[in-house]
Amino acid sequence: MRIAILGFGSVGRGIARAILAKNLDLTVTGLADSRSGIIDPAGIDIAAALAKKEEGGPCGSRDVSPADVVAKADYDVLVEVTPTNVDDGEPALGHIRGALRRHKHVVTSNKGPIALAYPELRDLAAANGVFLRYEATVCGAIPLIHAMQEGLAGNTISRLYGVFNGTCNYILTRMAEDSLTYEQALAEARELGYAEADPTYDVEGIDAAIKLVILANAILDMRTTLDDVERTGITLLTPEALRLAEDQDCTIRLIGEVVPEAGVLRVSPRIVSKVHPLVVEGTLNAVTVGTDLAGDLTFIGKGAGSTETASAVIGDLLYIRDRHVQGS
Amino acid sequence: MKLEMRDQPGQLVAALQPISAVGGNIIAVIHQRETPAATEVLDVQIVLELPEGRLEKLLELLREQGVSVVRIGEQRLLYECTLITIGHLMHTDLSDTVDRIDTTGSAEVTDLSLAMPAINAPSSARITIRSTTREEMKKAIRILRSVAEQKDLLIIEPLEGV
Ligand SMILES: NC(=O)c1ccc[n+]([C@@H]2O[C@H](COP(=O)([O-])OP(=O)(O)OC[C@H]3O[C@@H](n4cnc5c(N)ncnc54)[C@H](OP(=O)(O)O)[C@@H]3O)[C@@H](O)[C@H]2O)c1
Repeated sequence: MRIAILGFGSVGRGIARAILAKNLDLTVTGLADSRSGIIDPAGIDIAAALAKKEEGGPCGSRDVSPADVVAKADYDVLVEVTPTNVDDGEPALGHIRGALRRHKHVVTSNKGPIALAYPELRDLAAANGVFLRYEATVCGAIPLIHAMQEGLAGNTISRLYGVFNGTCNYILTRMAEDSLTYEQALAEARELGYAEADPTYDVEGIDAAIKLVILANAILDMRTTLDDVERTGITLLTPEALRLAEDQDCTIRLIGEVVPEAGVLRVSPRIVSKVHPLVVEGTLNAVTVGTDLAGDLTFIGKGAGSTETASAVIGDLLYIRDRHVQGS
Repeated sequence: MKLEMRDQPGQLVAALQPISAVGGNIIAVIHQRETPAATEVLDVQIVLELPEGRLEKLLELLREQGVSVVRIGEQRLLYECTLITIGHLMHTDLSDTVDRIDTTGSAEVTDLSLAMPAINAPSSARITIRSTTREEMKKAIRILRSVAEQKDLLIIEPLEGV
């Protein structure tokens, strides 16, 4: 199966390395980063492109733009792994529309377009007879969307809640373990590369809220936007508050929660018993899905990382490969 | 609440059915040998939760079953919820915050632990609220939330069990 990859950062390169390391039967015929692109119907030399990127250069030729790759390359699936823009989803949203209109399947790890325009993109994919898959947008390596769409098909989901942001979980874990202040734990998370220079998006609960919107709209048939999520971040938490929780064998975690029936969409720090399955350490993610037939299921795993996120993208790619006819 | 009755043959069984019929929930059944052993009469206490306003109906059903209720114990604060709040708790009059819950009459703050790290730095407190019913607890938490909004405090609610 032929794929074109837009974005050659952490996730894009993770996918490239997995393709090199394993026999996945995937040929990369298009590739672009922010400044350059390559189109080669015979298959791009991935190892060479990785090497160029690692040296700090562009992955391809400056004469080829990302839009060229979307519009002109020969591929079955567009893999859209460029940075998230939650204001208008661009330029990813335009690229995804372009690929779907060309009857190409799309796999993305980019939360922007899915959170902002899922119903439209789903209909566009259906109208063009192709798949749109987005497992990597929520909880990195955890196959949560597959599990809910396939494994739990037929169940009614009454509640879905958990730890959706590894950065916040790391900060809270460290505050509890060593009585660090919020500022100290954040500084440590930055040093380790778990937090961005501007951590707003994570620590104010925006990232978790976007993931709730994606799950609500795509899986739970709700029609929500980011503004519908009641949201409190972790920036005001104190080591004393964590200790007061600790005194009662509890701790504090940033929990995202969706209760479809009651229309609840909420991200907030919550007191949780230390033996609760959602209390995971470090950057891990954990989600409990409450269902009518299957009961409660809790998924725990890495919510980010190059290889881990690539795993979710590859899962989507092979899902499509196993269900579609080559070419278009 | 607590119901006390004579444990004559069949009375216990006769008492249980009406309790579930009015949507009550039995928490404990306690036999008490208060009276001299020779009389061979037992007192039975049933501790139960009852939805608001169902007590009269329950007593009526019990009478119909021929169960004699000796005493009806006090309503108790069965529901408990612990929250943590962070902010300028003293400057914003912590005792007023507590009062706003206590004045509801059916929920009260039964425990408070306060940690004040430094002057002018936000302090943290753990507040335990008890109430007679789940509805009252929800109401108390709603009150606390709105007080917190006015006073610019952060409220951390438990994940489960409100
Ligand atoms: N990293 C994770 O663990 C993780 C987990 C789940 C989801 N995601 C999502 O996956 C996406 C990619 O994340 P990442 O960590 O790989 O980001 P990243 O390391 O910042 O890489 C982004 C890549 O996209 C390229 N790019 C930027 N604008 C572009 C454009 N207009 N057209 C084509 N390429 C463009 C960048 O080019 P240059 O190389 O030229 O800068 C870079 O190669 C994001 O939406 C992120 O939210 C990431």
